[in-house]
Amino acid sequence: MTPPDPHIAIRIAGLRTEIGGSTVHDDLNLEVRRGEIMGVVGASGAGKSVLLRAIVGLNRRAAGRIDVLGQDTAVLDEGGWRALRMRMGVLFQDGALFSSLTVGQNIQVPMDEFLNLPPALKDALTAMKLEMVGLSASTGRKFPSELSGGMRKRAGLARALALDPELLFLDEPTAGLDPIGAAEFDRLIRSLQRSLGLTVFMVTHDLDSLVAVCDRIGVLVDRRVVEGRLESLLANPHPWIQAYFRGPRGRAAMKA
Amino acid sequence: MAPSPGWFKSVHEDDRALIAFGGSWNLAAVARLEAELGALASPSAREAVLDLSAVETLDASGAWLLARTRAAFAAKGVPARYTGIKDAHAALIERIDHPVEIQPVAPPKAPPFIALLARLGDGATRAYSESLDIVGFLGLIVAALARSARSPQRVRLTSVVAHVERAGLNALPIVGLLSFLIGVVLAYQGVDQLRNFGAETFTVNLAGISILREIGVLMTAILVAGRSGSAFTAQIGTMRVREEVDAMRTLGLDPIDVLVLPRVLALTFVMPFLAFYAAIVGLFGAGMSALILLDMSPVQFVTQLNSAVHINHFWVGMIKAPVFGFLIALVGCRYGLKVKGSAENVGRRTTQAVVESIFLVIVFDAIFSILFSRLGI
Repeated sequence: MTPPDPHIAIRIAGLRTEIGGSTVHDDLNLEVRRGEIMGVVGASGAGKSVLLRAIVGLNRRAAGRIDVLGQDTAVLDEGGWRALRMRMGVLFQDGALFSSLTVGQNIQVPMDEFLNLPPALKDALTAMKLEMVGLSASTGRKFPSELSGGMRKRAGLARALALDPELLFLDEPTAGLDPIGAAEFDRLIRSLQRSLGLTVFMVTHDLDSLVAVCDRIGVLVDRRVVEGRLESLLANPHPWIQAYFRGPRGRAAMKA
Repeated sequence: MAPSPGWFKSVHEDDRALIAFGGSWNLAAVARLEAELGALASPSAREAVLDLSAVETLDASGAWLLARTRAAFAAKGVPARYTGIKDAHAALIERIDHPVEIQPVAPPKAPPFIALLARLGDGATRAYSESLDIVGFLGLIVAALARSARSPQRVRLTSVVAHVERAGLNALPIVGLLSFLIGVVLAYQGVDQLRNFGAETFTVNLAGISILREIGVLMTAILVAGRSGSAFTAQIGTMRVREEVDAMRTLGLDPIDVLVLPRVLALTFVMPFLAFYAAIVGLFGAGMSALILLDMSPVQFVTQLNSAVHINHFWVGMIKAPVFGFLIALVGCRYGLKVKGSAENVGRRTTQAVVESIFLVIVFDAIFSILFSRLGI
């Protein structure tokens, strides 16, 4: 066995996943390097979210190997997963905030679960996270139902960042936001990624955010991922990839 | 190589406070060292220097603690600065190092007594508006029924049949099992108690009257409220959350016609059958117990039942059944349509629907009791 490469955050080899008897991914390979933003695109139903869920351990795999932060997730026991979960944060599509808790309490859930911190310190760290994602301090005692979609995403991001993870997963971070809000969210992710040194794995539909923030792009076609920089994907002859990036929306995003 | 855990060393050189930080300065280190560092800032020094040259890794929480330490010195009138910031950490320290307002995260709470008063008042006004609302909803249904009576093709027969199947046919096993057991329980208790007076054969009267008149229909209503009333709320509520009900309106469909009326008709129609079935199975349970306990043959049991129990008892039970079915469907559908916002709300409304429909069933049972007693039935 080769020792884990410290520059690779996620390595997927030969992954096959099945849902309800149909194969979603087959012999899928993907590498995400540390400190980069990897965007994953694909047609609706191509299995982008399934891939994300497989990496964070929410879906079972049928075959293949997934290494996250140098650890083979297939052999992890419960304690190993717990330790790994502390090092990664996930932002679900609509934030997935717990609706019975305030935003601040939501951010403190992982702190309570994994660490034993005095309340004053938790409040201070929560205030810091809120400020980091661009929410005002008074948002902390509001309930998720009182927030707009964009604010819920920011709050979800603050919760994902609560334990200062190394690895951040984003599921369609800009879906449902207006173009201005989406662009702001892109900038936020970019600046957080730079200052916190995060590795970001991002599933998206949004061509603008793909072009604006992603270092590399993985395209899910034919149950596999074709990865590369934007320029190399533009040269890829696959018809879906051509249609995606050369279509009217793709051209508009790249002109911007 | 794993980075070493975070540490700090504090030295006083002349009038300079020198604090050296090192190791991995992350959330774990913050949790460990926060209190210790908080006590460090003293006004005695003229200048404070935070030496970061030994810091191996830094995360946002670590940067926050550094910033707080610096701010603590500054607050005591001691100018503090960083030295030895690594390039990799500079951006993070710059991002974090500014004052942030801290606010509590718990939702605002009123003092207990005021909160109690507020809840009392809230409950009273809500009870009032709820009762108005339920009468309004009843009116909506009656109006829809009248429309359907004028043009019967408006009634969605397929939907009605589907709900009859789900709420009626599919409930047969559980209703039967429960009624059978209740019959057994009544017979056993009756025999035990009446034996003291040597009147154990009157168990048949006891079980017959109570099952036919009250327990058969009441048990059925409670089960149907838990099974179907809750399902109505959850189904319609989920449609509300997914905006399907609004979509229906924009397509020119009346949710009362499409969703409420079939359910109300189905449950009103099917309840008497369920109650009848429950009564028969309950009597069967009682009869079996009589056979075992009193050695009373089925023929004897039926003869005794025939002479002891007037047919009116049966009719009293049967008359109540459609009313209970109507009430359960009404309450279930009403709470379903009242769902707003999130999935959590569906759960809460479902609970409310079950509680309220059982409450109403028993209230109406009491009203029926008084009514029939006045009428001498």
